[in-house]
Amino acid sequence: MDGHTHSTSDRRELQMARSMCWHCQSEVSGEYFCDRCVKVQPVSKELDYFTCFGIPRRLSIDQQQLETKFYELSRAFHPDFYQNKSGAEQTISLGNSAMLNTAYRTLRDPIQRAEYLLDLEAGAVKEIRTTPPADLFEEILELQDTLNEVRASDRTSDAAASLRAALQSKRATLEQRQRDMEAQIQQLFGQWDALQDRGDATEQARAERTRILKEMRDILSNRTYVKNIVNDLVATIA
Amino acid sequence: MARIVGIDLGTTNSLVAYMDKGTPRVIAGRHERAMVPSVVALTDNGLIVGDPAKEHLTRSPERTVYSVKRFMGKALADVQNELAYFPYTLTEKGGVIRIALGEKTYSPPQISAMILKELKLRAEAFLGESITKAVITGPAYFNDSQRQATKDAGMIAGLEVLRIINEPTAASLAYGLQEKTQGTIAVYDLGGGTFDISILKLKNGIFEVLATNGDTHLGGDDFDRLIADLFLADIQQQFGLDLNAYPDHMQGLRLEAERAKIRLSDELKTTAALDLPEGKGRFTRELTREQVEALCTALVERTLGPCRLALKDAGLSPTDIDEVVLVGGSTRMPLVRQRVQALFGTQPHCDLNPDEVVALGAAVQADILSGGTTDMLLLDVTPLSLGIETMGGVMSSLIRRNTTIPAGAKEMFTTYVDGQTGVDIHILQGERELAKDNRSLARFRLKVPPLPAGVPRIEVTFLIDANGILNVMAKDMRTGDTQSIDVKPSYGLSDQEVERMIEDSFKFAADDVSARKLIEARLDAGALLTTTEKSLSDGGQLVSPEDVAAIRSALAAVAAAKDGNDPRAIRARMAELEQAAKSLTVAMLDDSLKKGLQGKKVSELT
Repeated sequence: MDGHTHSTSDRRELQMARSMCWHCQSEVSGEYFCDRCVKVQPVSKELDYFTCFGIPRRLSIDQQQLETKFYELSRAFHPDFYQNKSGAEQTISLGNSAMLNTAYRTLRDPIQRAEYLLDLEAGAVKEIRTTPPADLFEEILELQDTLNEVRASDRTSDAAASLRAALQSKRATLEQRQRDMEAQIQQLFGQWDALQDRGDATEQARAERTRILKEMRDILSNRTYVKNIVNDLVATIA
Repeated sequence: MARIVGIDLGTTNSLVAYMDKGTPRVIAGRHERAMVPSVVALTDNGLIVGDPAKEHLTRSPERTVYSVKRFMGKALADVQNELAYFPYTLTEKGGVIRIALGEKTYSPPQISAMILKELKLRAEAFLGESITKAVITGPAYFNDSQRQATKDAGMIAGLEVLRIINEPTAASLAYGLQEKTQGTIAVYDLGGGTFDISILKLKNGIFEVLATNGDTHLGGDDFDRLIADLFLADIQQQFGLDLNAYPDHMQGLRLEAERAKIRLSDELKTTAALDLPEGKGRFTRELTREQVEALCTALVERTLGPCRLALKDAGLSPTDIDEVVLVGGSTRMPLVRQRVQALFGTQPHCDLNPDEVVALGAAVQADILSGGTTDMLLLDVTPLSLGIETMGGVMSSLIRRNTTIPAGAKEMFTTYVDGQTGVDIHILQGERELAKDNRSLARFRLKVPPLPAGVPRIEVTFLIDANGILNVMAKDMRTGDTQSIDVKPSYGLSDQEVERMIEDSFKFAADDVSARKLIEARLDAGALLTTTEKSLSDGGQLVSPEDVAAIRSALAAVAAAKDGNDPRAIRARMAELEQAAKSLTVAMLDDSLKKGLQGKKVSELT
């Protein structure tokens, strides 16, 4: 998706203009069911998850509202209710349900939601860090050494036991670090949403927007890195 | 729309249910038992199913198949360490287990189809209409191959399987409908051969599964086995007899172990008994609940791990669970209830019969599909992660476990060599890192137009449908052409094989029905002969010698017809016998009334 060029409303118009009912060829105004023949319409691939749920592209989300909408759309799309319908409608129902379930899973989780928004806004594919974050560089190199030592050692030896104890305390530190980063992301959520709400198109606002997205991306990628290290650590201790 | 029935295809027992004006009901058979033992036996008169087949377990164990569900969607290698426990012979053909019955061999779906057919006939007789569509239940933790095998069984039985529904979620539908259960619930389902745990959120008619886990090889069968092993050791010690050499007695032992276990759910101690072969007399042993609990505690503990994992995946702790629902016959064991209560810290519910609740839920789902119930919707999950094998034999996960279904994932494929015309794709299911440690679902070759390396772009869509079964589609992103993919299952029947089995089943259907009628008539005739003979010896003096002679000759006629092959003749002679014995029946009734009440004659009362 080419996030930069279209705002949410542009995107919606674009999609609406193109839509035509697959069954009766009458125009469909972005709704999930044709006004004329009441047939279910395939959800457009261009449609982003926020629009799909009818919510603004903000990062703080009312979970209750999201769930209510998810249940409502599930009732509209689920294959259970298309058993007596045509093959075409059954296929659409299946595709729409699968897409809806992915959308809900993505938006429900704050980290996945932030990653998805980054993807939409900055067109960034998820970057996988290969080097540790600068402030953790020393600590993580040391940790990697310990991990290698544990893997190479005899599991039952005293040395291995004390190494594992050391790893446990490292694990606590890293998990704390992960939580700190999640809190930082939450802060950025607030800044992003405030910017969206102001809705001004000044040069300053654009710069602010770019800054928030960049910070968010950095923190997200650091968090993923730390999370993978923690997983690795847990697997080694087990 | 034609009626859709709900079927619980269980390891030990199966049931069929239907929706009766908004209330799900199980369908009882002619002898008023709703449960059909999941047993198929080959007799001289053909294949029989259910209660009569169960009688053959001790008579011809090598020709009587039970617990076939354990073999659904499996290869022989998967069940290697269990083979010794089964008296019938298992072989393998093309990655699918075959069970030998006489001259022929049958796949597990074919055996299951015979059980389904029995249920189908039962529903047809009860409802007075032809049944061609069904919802069939399966363990939540069943993988793709096991689900596919269940679907195949339905097709072979002449049923269009509209949905494979998970057993614990089916149970939740029954609870939601009948007990108005709401909130976050855990369904703990311990059946004859499988264990499932599902965590659900029930809200405004939506049944959202948050997580599921389980063990498809853990159930009441395993408890019975431990108890039987205990008896076996005792018999060896007391009588110097290795019962393993006597398959018929081994089955008797297994059934006695099961009965003792069941009695111990209500009593604190019981006595098990078994007649031994070789004139060794009778084995009796006292067994206490405590002893059985000591034997089974490790197995029960094994169910708690999956419970904790499901809670973790749902992001919940035990205190978040509002209600725990018990499903499956094995949850009648007090030990199971204690452990479940200890884990969740709440008294588990079992208001609905744990043997019937799954079939009832299947009937509710059937009603949803037929458009009858519109306010309830089940959102289930896939129990296992789905992925593909990547470079270095590692599994790359595409759809994570506990993802709400239908679920889809797309993956782009290209080529590494100029002019390459195909890409091999290996689909896996499981939670392990390495491809070889996971279940191989299927392999297929993606067709690619010959172009320079890296130019083709083929998008493959993996879609898990509402049955939890995988569908694969491919699209050439350059041309927009879609290609259908012939996915060869790693452990399952190919479409052609299923087709052939359906044909076979139709070919033999006519034979089957007449064989079945004959068997049933013979069984009924046998029962009538026994009761009439008993009446004659108890009350023969109450009627005239002419009546006794008439009854005797009618008895002989039934016995002769029973040895013949015409079920109609048997039924006719039975009716004649009942007519001839009427005077005797009335006289005996009068006599018992006289003795009991010193009252009037029946003829005066009516």
